[in-house]
Amino acid sequence: MRTKLFILIVLAALLALGSYHLSGMGSPPAPELDLSRTRTSANGSYMVAIEPENPEIRLGELHAWIVTLTTADGAPVEDASFEVGGGMPDHNHGLPTSPRVTENLGGGRYRLEGVKFSMSGWWELRFDIVSGETRDSVIFNMVL
Amino acid sequence: MRRSLPSLPALLLVAAAGLSGCGGDDFSATERATIASLSLAALSPPPADPSNRHADDPDAAAFGATLFFDERMSRDGNVSCATCHLVDRQFQDDLPRARAVGTTNRRTMPLAGAAWSPWQFWDGRRDSLWAQALTPLEDPVEHAGTRTGYAHVVADNFADRYERIFGPLPNLSAVPERAGPLGTPGEIAAWEAMDARQRQEIDRLFANLGKALGAFVRSIEPVETRFDRFAAALSAGRPPEGDAVLAPDEIAGLKLFIGKGNCSTCHNGPRFTDDGFHNTGVPIVPGLPEDLGRQTGVAQAAADPFNCLGAFSDAGAADCGELRFRVAEGPELLRAYKTPSLRGAAARPPYMHSGQFATLEEVVDHYATAPAAPSGDSELHPVTLSDRERRQLIAFLGTLSE
Repeated sequence: MRTKLFILIVLAALLALGSYHLSGMGSPPAPELDLSRTRTSANGSYMVAIEPENPEIRLGELHAWIVTLTTADGAPVEDASFEVGGGMPDHNHGLPTSPRVTENLGGGRYRLEGVKFSMSGWWELRFDIVSGETRDSVIFNMVL
Repeated sequence: MRRSLPSLPALLLVAAAGLSGCGGDDFSATERATIASLSLAALSPPPADPSNRHADDPDAAAFGATLFFDERMSRDGNVSCATCHLVDRQFQDDLPRARAVGTTNRRTMPLAGAAWSPWQFWDGRRDSLWAQALTPLEDPVEHAGTRTGYAHVVADNFADRYERIFGPLPNLSAVPERAGPLGTPGEIAAWEAMDARQRQEIDRLFANLGKALGAFVRSIEPVETRFDRFAAALSAGRPPEGDAVLAPDEIAGLKLFIGKGNCSTCHNGPRFTDDGFHNTGVPIVPGLPEDLGRQTGVAQAAADPFNCLGAFSDAGAADCGELRFRVAEGPELLRAYKTPSLRGAAARPPYMHSGQFATLEEVVDHYATAPAAPSGDSELHPVTLSDRERRQLIAFLGTLSE
């Protein structure tokens, strides 16, 4: 009886070790993850809103987003330049493509092309934004 | 992002369930959704290839099939595409490295479903099926032929078929028998001696051969397997019948595949691939030249005159998103290779881009131990798998081959 119990405890320990090794891969995102698509940039310089051109985002397909940029008090920012990055924090890899803002649509709206998500899970999309002397960044979370 | 560990009593229950040998065919809602996403029923038709206006032309595909099996499409008339892409072996050759005129540095890839992939070859050095098909034709260790040589083969043997699809052949009376930009020094000199218009006519003819071959390869689709029949029954809420019934070990392997094993992180969707490039720490083969994987491949794709943005593509720039928005640089490209489909994989050892592993046991062992990469950083994390779990994973992979 004691031997059986010992075996079970060893098994339990092995299983625990196994789940420790998983290090979050494939696990659901932390409950506190902010998935909002309108966010204030890190230093409060900008309000940034993003919307996919086509609401249905399919894994593995290139698609475009519309980025709307205003100052903190709501005035459109029409002369911004963007650098876009991101990736999957759980998996230690970046985006499978290099998305770029390809068009200034006016009124603080910009077209971001070349976005692709290649697997389900937690993705980050990061924008480094420069307008005049004001440089700031913002990170959006997505869960697919 | 680490989850808190489950309580000891819960673990004891799980351990006891494992000991009982019960595979457990009850799936959670998440597992059911993942299984449905892996099923062939979830596969859309192949994406359009705007760079090849003949991609869906049956005459072009039939002509491509003829070229695919014709050994005259090589320097010495002894190598065809089918030399390495064997029709009864999933269009691959069971060898660690392909053998044609010489021996290549890479494992032959199977062709089923290649039309869905935005990048071809293990390192994605071509961005379409037609651009891919041209590359081995001029590789000195594969077909080893020349651009003008192929033009003459087509003019001498297939003039009518070619012209019905692509229009008039160029006049080849003054075109050398063997000339091309990637040949021997003599063949390169002969190519450079041709005038620019002549070279461009040959390039266009050569591109058209690729487009015919691409149309044929596009028609090679993944086939339904036991797993798909099982998934169909699961989705429909009816008990699987006949060979759709999976054994307890196969079901346990499926759960590991989409769960603890993390396999479906990259091997996702109905083709079991994310079409991405990953460094998984696959070892170097001693004696082969340095292989940087995607880092080299992405630069080659961008420089390829037959790519989506090139003069011989039928696509406008707006249709070349994969090329325009490619990841062109970065440490994660180093020794990153394309995630291969796992459909049929159990029946086609050896594995990895240069046939590094002879068996699935070696593959699973590699992924479980997650060794450091020879260069760059492996994306893998170690996973503790028992011998039994390893067998179960392999048993599941078998259901993708039957």
